[in-house]
Amino acid sequence: MGVGIEVTNLNAWYGTNHTLQDINLNIPANHATALIGPSGCGKSTFVRCLNRMHETNPIARVTGTVRIGDLDIYVDAKPVEIRRRVGMVFQRPNPFPTMSIYDNVASGLKLNGYSNRRGLDEIVEKSLKNSALWDEVKDDLRKKSGASLSGGQQQRLCIARALAVDPEVLLMDEPASALDPVSTSKIEDLIFQLKSQYTIVIVTHNMQQAARVAEKTGFFLNGRMVEFDSTHKIFTNPSDKRTEDYITGRFG
Amino acid sequence: MNEEKFKFRSRMRALTDSSVTALSILATVLVVAPLVAIFVYLVYKGASSLNLDFFTQIPKPVGEAGGGMANAIWGSALLLALASIIGVPVGIGGGIFLAEYGRGTKLANAVRFTADVLNGVPSIVMGVAVYALIVKPHIPFLPFTGHFSGFSGGVALGIMMIPTVCRTTEEMLLMVPHAVREAALGLGVPNWRSVLSITVKTASPGIITGCMLAFARVAGETAPLIFTALGNSFWSSNLNQPIAALPLQIYVYALSPYDDWHRLAWAGALVLIVLIVLAVSLVRYVTSRGVLKGAS
Repeated sequence: MGVGIEVTNLNAWYGTNHTLQDINLNIPANHATALIGPSGCGKSTFVRCLNRMHETNPIARVTGTVRIGDLDIYVDAKPVEIRRRVGMVFQRPNPFPTMSIYDNVASGLKLNGYSNRRGLDEIVEKSLKNSALWDEVKDDLRKKSGASLSGGQQQRLCIARALAVDPEVLLMDEPASALDPVSTSKIEDLIFQLKSQYTIVIVTHNMQQAARVAEKTGFFLNGRMVEFDSTHKIFTNPSDKRTEDYITGRFG
Repeated sequence: MNEEKFKFRSRMRALTDSSVTALSILATVLVVAPLVAIFVYLVYKGASSLNLDFFTQIPKPVGEAGGGMANAIWGSALLLALASIIGVPVGIGGGIFLAEYGRGTKLANAVRFTADVLNGVPSIVMGVAVYALIVKPHIPFLPFTGHFSGFSGGVALGIMMIPTVCRTTEEMLLMVPHAVREAALGLGVPNWRSVLSITVKTASPGIITGCMLAFARVAGETAPLIFTALGNSFWSSNLNQPIAALPLQIYVYALSPYDDWHRLAWAGALVLIVLIVLAVSLVRYVTSRGVLKGAS
């Protein structure tokens, strides 16, 4: 089951560049939340702060509080534990090139020491079914490399890989921006199904996509969150002039 | 007018294209020709002296016909095994440090510089250094020291392998895309695990190539063995004693005044090259068997 995310006074830096300024935000459990905004506005940095990937960059720094469920992620736990509970799907599909499809999905568990064979088989099948890839790959699970799939299939493989460790939250950083329209709509259908089980945060440049998949939408601009509301409200009657300008295409 | 210009340009482009193609073919031929020439010459000079005795007999005393290099082939195999045991883990470990942990630190720069210098040290100097370190002084309670031995030969060759393995490992690890590392970290995999199971594994074809290069290079080294393994005319598997090696045996036979020893030296050179190629191909074959369809 998904859990909610509570962000209080979050600030983030890359070196001296203050990329996120005083973000306050409540992301509801078991819903999809979209983050929109022009390039460089900080939305990717924001999701990377939610699973402590931000700090893997040596010049990065972060302050503030992020609570995921009952866990204060910058106080209560190590980064690796957080990242097991908060899965991430990246902009470009990044399957492990030397691993088979099966091993890609099982990698998160195997690399963390889980080795029950039958358990793994079940989890791999379930994850691939959840990511709507099972029917396309079930005959080549161990024969083919993850890198041999098409771009859209690779991205669904990466989603299956993230789901296999059974996270509570799924972060998606522009998951469909490198894909063609057919693959994109498959990913969107998937988000629609997955949000009953997981809390989903999706960064996107595509406003129609935000409107289609998300209940809540946040608009970021220059490192600040300008507006956060129901998707319907953001796209039909935004309270802030800048949000309106952005969604009507007047800038960005 | 425009059409003429267009025709002229496309003719120029075709000309450039074919001349660059011709140049690169020429360059390829220049690179491959010496290799082929050496091999053909070796077969021409050495193949006639090859027979079963060569692979099963030890050298005959001066004046007696026949004999082989079986002990030298075996000795070389032992020396190279020992060299690989020393050179490969240290080299790969150093490469992992340079690429993954020490990036940008002073220590890493010092290690990289040292490796490059070590790579340029003449092999005879390496032989003398190992001679001065473990062959000449007898270190109390330490076996293998104080006399010529296969062990010291293996150490000399192993040290020579380290810089090549280390630097190729570093280069290959740096070529692994950042996205692959992020994927592993994003799954909650600890950094050390991600380095060993993901980054190193992804780079392993290149790392193996580096190890094979280093192996092939030291397999033909003679100079470092003169001061260490010394050579041996008899059967020996004892690394605590002087041991025979193919390059040493070739060296001794080639400098001798006897015609049949010269012929054996040619045969030895041919066998050395063929064995190196076989060893490298075998490793390539074994390590490529697990590769999946479509894996890059």
